Amino acid sequence: MSSASTSGKQAPPASTRAKPANKAEAAADYLDGRLGIYSLAKANLRKIFPDHWSFMLGEICLYTFIIIILTGVYLTLFFKPSMGEVIYSGSYTPLDGIRVSEAYNSTLNISFEVRGGLLIRQIHHWAAIVFVAAMFVHMMRVFFTGAFRKPREINWVFGFLLLFLGFFDGFLGYSLPDDLLSGTGIRFMEGAILAVPLVGTYISFFLFGGQFPGTDIVPRFFTIHVLLIPGIMLGLLVAHLILVFYHKHTQWAGPGKTEKNVVGMPLMPVYMAKAGGFFFLVFGIIAAMSAIASVNPVWAYGPYRPDQVSTDAQPDWYMGFAEGLIRVMPGWEIRAWGHTLNLGVFIPLMLFPLVLFAIAAYPFIENWITGDKREHHILDRPRNAPVRTGLGAAWISLYLVLLAGGGNDLIATHFHLSLNDITYFVRVGSFVVPVVVFFVTKRWCLGLQRRDKEKVLHGRETGVIKRLPHGEFIEVHAQLPQDKLHTLTAHEQYEPLELPAEVDENGVARKVSLATKTRAAISEGMFGEGSQIPKPTADEHKEITSGHGHH
Amino acid sequence: MSDDKLPAEHAEGHGEVAAADNPFADPGLPAHQVRRTDIDERAAKRAERQVSLLFVVSMLATIGFIASYVSIDPDKIVYIFPLGHVSALNFALGMTLGVALFCIGAGAVHWARTLMSDVEHPAERHAIEADDEVRADVIEQFKTGAGESGFGRRKMIRNTMIGSMALVPLAGVVLLRDLGPLPEKKLDHTGWDEATPAVPIRLINMNTNEGMKPEDIAVGSLTFAKPGPSVLRPEGLQESDDDFQEAIAKDALMLIRIQPEDIKDANSAGLGFQGVLAYSKICTHVGCPISLYEQQTHHALCPCHQSTFDLSDGARVIFGPAGHPLPQLKITTDSLGYLVATGDFSHPVGPSFWERSE
Ligand code: FES
Repeated sequence: MSSASTSGKQAPPASTRAKPANKAEAAADYLDGRLGIYSLAKANLRKIFPDHWSFMLGEICLYTFIIIILTGVYLTLFFKPSMGEVIYSGSYTPLDGIRVSEAYNSTLNISFEVRGGLLIRQIHHWAAIVFVAAMFVHMMRVFFTGAFRKPREINWVFGFLLLFLGFFDGFLGYSLPDDLLSGTGIRFMEGAILAVPLVGTYISFFLFGGQFPGTDIVPRFFTIHVLLIPGIMLGLLVAHLILVFYHKHTQWAGPGKTEKNVVGMPLMPVYMAKAGGFFFLVFGIIAAMSAIASVNPVWAYGPYRPDQVSTDAQPDWYMGFAEGLIRVMPGWEIRAWGHTLNLGVFIPLMLFPLVLFAIAAYPFIENWITGDKREHHILDRPRNAPVRTGLGAAWISLYLVLLAGGGNDLIATHFHLSLNDITYFVRVGSFVVPVVVFFVTKRWCLGLQRRDKEKVLHGRETGVIKRLPHGEFIEVHAQLPQDKLHTLTAHEQYEPLELPAEVDENGVARKVSLATKTRAAISEGMFGEGSQIPKPTADEHKEITSGHGHH
Repeated sequence: MSDDKLPAEHAEGHGEVAAADNPFADPGLPAHQVRRTDIDERAAKRAERQVSLLFVVSMLATIGFIASYVSIDPDKIVYIFPLGHVSALNFALGMTLGVALFCIGAGAVHWARTLMSDVEHPAERHAIEADDEVRADVIEQFKTGAGESGFGRRKMIRNTMIGSMALVPLAGVVLLRDLGPLPEKKLDHTGWDEATPAVPIRLINMNTNEGMKPEDIAVGSLTFAKPGPSVLRPEGLQESDDDFQEAIAKDALMLIRIQPEDIKDANSAGLGFQGVLAYSKICTHVGCPISLYEQQTHHALCPCHQSTFDLSDGARVIFGPAGHPLPQLKITTDSLGYLVATGDFSHPVGPSFWERSE
């Protein structure tokens, strides 16, 4: 045994760390000893964030998600997810003495008796609407700028899943108050489930705990709405943000910006203040909106009764696309061998996720076509990727056409059109409009590319008209400064994939797989002559500016 | 695609000033532009006061929020242009909360924009991919680990493990079985099922809760009905019944009366009684109740997705996404002249399902 342990009294070994200068440093030292915060902060405290207004779209999603969780917790304190029946006797007299479910009763209670309850309900619903809308627009921003390219493909998928789950959680939340409108939505869901071949009836009975509507659906939806889906979403969201942090932000091309750097302002203090402040801006605006505009006034609809319906039965707008599919689909049914296949409902039910999954898969498809294995951090201007931009626009147009189908009754009554005509238009339009929009957008992009090229080579129009000695009038063009020239020529242009020669050098026929042929054909469509204007080269520029042919 | 097909990386793009022979080269980060508040102390002080003012407004608004909460009666309705009649409490709480939050945000953003440094810095990016050495090292370690586990060598263990893992989720699926009863034939039948010619069930008017005689129903009118007393339900279907919602979801009837000569479908006319026809109220598309009836054309429209049925022609679908006609109930009158049903619908009511045969 050593003498040190027997001597009993010993000064603790001196720390090698410098003395903290104040209490705050001492507290930080304490935490660092347990959590290792200094090493964490070293890389991140002054982490650089580029600035562009469109980067706020993702922030809106994050903030509305937080608002939804905060208000959602509040609502669970008062809401009773039960379909047990009670007689309503609250302060909303039109429903006095009516038999309603506890879910509906407590929703009215939150709206009329709990002080501030109506406000929180409205904030919760408004934030959900803004959340889904912001996810849509954020996703479009990422799509049109090519920000989904390597290394961010997986994050695109996470984002997509968030959108998908957001849809469903929105739908479930809409269903909870058990009012006439939400009940109609659930009835629709039951019909859709019943249309699934083989297992549909069973799924329906297990989901509803028996026949529609039963008494189980609201408590079951409640658990899924407040626990299961938000839990998964929270996990996805954290993973999404970790990846954003890890990949660092993308940036637009410009002087001093490269694939190897990120230019912007540091997290502390500027970004913290701006982003933190922005949370309060979003929250403040949603709170004010909720004070002014009421969404989903469930008391006006009344409690759900399967034999009643409100004539303006409309889903929330983000389900309008599914609603459009179901409204315009012809009622095809196949009956054979004692079974019914309800294609009129089943096909839309399958198309809904399929259209969405096509979007989820896009980064992988584009990557397969370009074969590009490099990382991309500089964003594409939408015009410089005409086919992608065209596809995106076509997708949005399809969405809008179907949304019009989903609101055909409203359009018909507001614009005095025939409901049937709108439906026929949507049936044809869902196939035709996206194609037209694709070609128009693509041509538009090419036009913009041409204009950029013109600007680079001939300068910018100054509006100054000059008369030449021989009498001709010309407009003076001013050369662009170098930073502009750089920005306008910084984008990359792919060359279309060429198929290898039919025969190899020994004259033996080469086998080219179908996949390769498809890839070459798509690649030609995306990057061939008709799909991009070759960007100006330095030599062309010198040629023109050195005198000949230059005004 | 071979690498030479990819566009060249921008060799010039590393922030250095352009080479003289390339007008498109990256000139590097532009010099920082100073703001008014960077050089003018008075402007900076003004900005500082503005930021603080926003924070003070926020504090006042929060106090206003609390004051509204305790002082405004939740039942009070006020008229506010252009919103109309709104709950005073809701409006006051929402606006004060909105201002309180918004001003914090506006203050922070204004502070960041005017007083915090707006100098842009470049930070380096590092490739996400590890370099070859790390890669080789990790693969080596993994191989060592895998080798030590014997996973590759002991095929029997591997295969049985994969099999057991593939099967075990089934336990979870099986556990869901008790969520609900089996469908059996439940979707094929409704509450009218019990009616027989010997023991018919009366049609009860939804609004008056009374039986109905054919003469009560005017030509061109639309009436809703539910099942009356039967052996199992001596009281008839009542709102207070435990399973009222489930029952009404299938039993609801829509009664119309058409001049017998206007009925195009002879079979349908035969199911009715003196031009009174009883159709299921539940749309065959996905099950919304049908509520809009046009007496001139005898068309009934479902408000959910606008399926339109011609009630004078066996409720044939003439527009919209529904896949088959509305089921019709055979009716007649009993000895006292009340309308009664003598059996169930000829076809299952409501949306289609796989087991539905016809
Ligand atoms: S439920 Fe009637 S049309 Fe869809």
